[in-house]
Amino acid sequence: MAVKTAPDAPAPLSTGVVAEPAARRFWAWLNKRMPVDEFITSQVTDYFAPKNFNIWYFFGSIALGVLVLQLLSGIYLTMFYKVGETTSFDSVEFIMREVNYGWLIRYLHSTGASAFFIVVYLHMYRALLYGSYRAPRELLWLIGMLVYLALMAEAFMGYVLPWGNMSFWGAQVIVNLFGTIPGIGPGLVEWIRGDYGIADATLNRFFALHVALIPLALLLLVVLHLAALHETGSNNPDGIEIKDKAGRDGKPLDGIPFHPYYTVKDVFGFGVFAVLFAIVLFFVPTLGGLFLEAPNFEPANPLSTPEHIAPVWYFTPYYAILRAVPDQRLGALLMLLAVSAFLFLPWLDRSPVKSIRYKGWMSRTALTLFTVAFVALGYLGLQPAEGLYVVLARIFTVIYFLFFLLMPFYTKLDPVKPVPERVVYHAH
Amino acid sequence: MADHAVVADDEVDLSRRKFLTTATIATGAVGVAFAAVPFIASWSPSERARAQGAPVELDLSKIDAGQMTTTVWRRSPIYVVRRTPDMVARISGHDAELKDPTSQYSDQPPYARNTLRSRTAEFLVLVGTCTHLGCLPKQRFAQAELYPSWPGGFFCPCHGSRFDLAGRVFNGSPASINLRVPPYSYPDPRTLRIGVDEKGAA
Amino acid sequence: MRTDLPGLLLAVALLAGVLVPGMAGAAEEAAGAGEVARFGADWQSWRVNTDVTDMPSVQRGARNFVSFCLGCHSLKYQRWSRLGTDLSIPTDLLQKDLVPPGDRITDYILTTMPARDGETWFGKSPPDLTLMVRARGRNYVYQFLKTFYVDPTRQTGANNLRLPTTAMPHVLSELEGLKKAVYRDVMRRGEGGSFTHEQVFDHFETLAPGRLSATEYDGFVHDTVNFLDYVSEPTQAARRALGVWVVLFLLVFTWLAWLVKREYWKDVH
Repeated sequence: MAVKTAPDAPAPLSTGVVAEPAARRFWAWLNKRMPVDEFITSQVTDYFAPKNFNIWYFFGSIALGVLVLQLLSGIYLTMFYKVGETTSFDSVEFIMREVNYGWLIRYLHSTGASAFFIVVYLHMYRALLYGSYRAPRELLWLIGMLVYLALMAEAFMGYVLPWGNMSFWGAQVIVNLFGTIPGIGPGLVEWIRGDYGIADATLNRFFALHVALIPLALLLLVVLHLAALHETGSNNPDGIEIKDKAGRDGKPLDGIPFHPYYTVKDVFGFGVFAVLFAIVLFFVPTLGGLFLEAPNFEPANPLSTPEHIAPVWYFTPYYAILRAVPDQRLGALLMLLAVSAFLFLPWLDRSPVKSIRYKGWMSRTALTLFTVAFVALGYLGLQPAEGLYVVLARIFTVIYFLFFLLMPFYTKLDPVKPVPERVVYHAH
Repeated sequence: MADHAVVADDEVDLSRRKFLTTATIATGAVGVAFAAVPFIASWSPSERARAQGAPVELDLSKIDAGQMTTTVWRRSPIYVVRRTPDMVARISGHDAELKDPTSQYSDQPPYARNTLRSRTAEFLVLVGTCTHLGCLPKQRFAQAELYPSWPGGFFCPCHGSRFDLAGRVFNGSPASINLRVPPYSYPDPRTLRIGVDEKGAA
Repeated sequence: MRTDLPGLLLAVALLAGVLVPGMAGAAEEAAGAGEVARFGADWQSWRVNTDVTDMPSVQRGARNFVSFCLGCHSLKYQRWSRLGTDLSIPTDLLQKDLVPPGDRITDYILTTMPARDGETWFGKSPPDLTLMVRARGRNYVYQFLKTFYVDPTRQTGANNLRLPTTAMPHVLSELEGLKKAVYRDVMRRGEGGSFTHEQVFDHFETLAPGRLSATEYDGFVHDTVNFLDYVSEPTQAARRALGVWVVLFLLVFTWLAWLVKREYWKDVH
């Protein structure tokens, strides 16, 4: 039986069924060789997330967006930046003035760096609020902490690259901290620097690490972070496990497919972020010296220290803790402990409930005090270390550590509220 | 099943959904296109490149008759030849051996689209890059320097292309068009300015 | 019950603690010294408003710089040709009036003083000024140019309140005139209850007038600072102009994205 087909229609298969259009045939070909469709289904369209996500749940996807922005703007900067103690500073001005839209690419990267930390801090805070670090998500939390540490290393090295005066002196101070390690300290510092002081050797290796090594590490860690997340599924503001209440199809009753619900929601969230980001980038890129520090518009000068050496704002809470202690070695140790304290949270928190919504007054007070302390230390880290500032820094350092040290006790003693069976959701 | 979070309403307005999604994706695509502009534009020559590519001036009185001097403009070698009357005479008489005797297919400003391929008979200004694959042709100005009937011109050592004293390419050369002429002008009789002509700065 | 109080506190604290100081630092502040009975007593609160889109002012500032500053200070990241394009100065005028003879129009703006001589004559090389406004702020430069005073104890015969013991002589004295610093005696209680006397700056006293009146000189300094503000970031006007469009576009996009979100989330109960 002859089948009348249009001249350019696909030839009928031997079974007589007319073949599907080219796109579908390609998809079938591809999926026989790589589990693309399976991946999209299991990770996006048939992956269920709790329906009660609130504003605190935007920051993970926004962080991913900022990472892409930093990679793109960063790669473009390396096309014009010339690393070297005699060329770095000048090449940044070359980018700002003479490369077409170079100023835009530079500001994207500098604003993006600060934006990254704002977003990451809010992202981490969500975990503190809702107990997202609790079992079975301990590994997710630890990988996230590694992302945070890699990010701090990346930002620190990136800041040295313009080779401004603050780049130089910031590097000097932070690298010298390693000298406090007993025994190997001084040798280690010289090894890190590659010279007897912060020099061209230091700048060059920081460039290699900042452009190649740490971004690769970050990408790997982010992939692991998402893998760990998808294994356990997301936590939610009520802190209850949605997988415990499954329907007959095996899907969580309080879950919704990530696509399309959270894809559309996250696009909107990124839009709001983009508006704020653009306002800063185009109208106040230095943000009064917080995002781009004034002393860094002068070239590095080993013989002239800036009036106030302060790291960029996202490091200042830890910097305040460092300076609060009158002993250099002890201060460095305490600063290290302050950052690592977060690693222990999954095991310090003994509360029977995960979310702050159902924890008692002790946990709420503790978290509030910690929040105030963290922000206050951040502010104090920007000020000169004298007078009242030092006193306050010491008080807030104590509060900071007590949050962690007393946690096993106040989370156990806390009178908790009854946790609902199903998540609390109001249509929006 | 009725207890599930997502309940597809019967009143789901699919057309409204499709319209809004399409409008948003379209707007997003426009945004991405605009966002790509700075990145693509950043690759175009920077102000530094453009400044270094600014017009170059040459003092013509420094060139002796029959001599060639080489300068650089926009990263290309520029040959400036001060032709003697004898050299000018050796430009004619071999049109049949040339691929493009009237410079119909070659690249030059209007004032160089003539037999001499220059504004004046005395000075020849050429881009010293072989139109085959880009080597620098060598000067062979003397009569019979290469072979008995050689009228004088340029010889490219890389693959053997030959050009006459007006930069026109000979038959049998791998190159297919004449040597290029850059825009130039004479702000005064003693000065050659490469990179600027009636059309303004290149 | 949504009682994420710590979260709310954090949001408020972040907004207050981060954005407010940042924005305040970037905000425009009131200009001018005003009429003060004791001239110069309030010098630390002198502020200047710059507007790099005020073309005539920036052009005057460029002329001021070439006339009075280029002898010692360079603007090594700025090209003459860029000045011409950004300030709408035609090439021939630029070449004739501003560019030093022998320099090409695409050259960077370099001082004629050899660097070594600067160190020999002043003890330190006059710094490049391209980024001075970004590094120290426009108010710093404004105050610096307006607080020179006669000081016979110094080699240059001058000193400065904004940058005490500056190596720079009072180059603008012919325009501003000469003034001296008048001090007052202040008693401070030291540690252990003892009192110390200290000479503290009180006000300026004009010694000789300059070619410009006080208002004219203030305008001169304002134009010069305006020019230096432009030079420190020549792309700033373009940046702000583009920003308006980008933010508007993003607002439209976000609004559309919100509509899509709301439409899909009707499904969720």
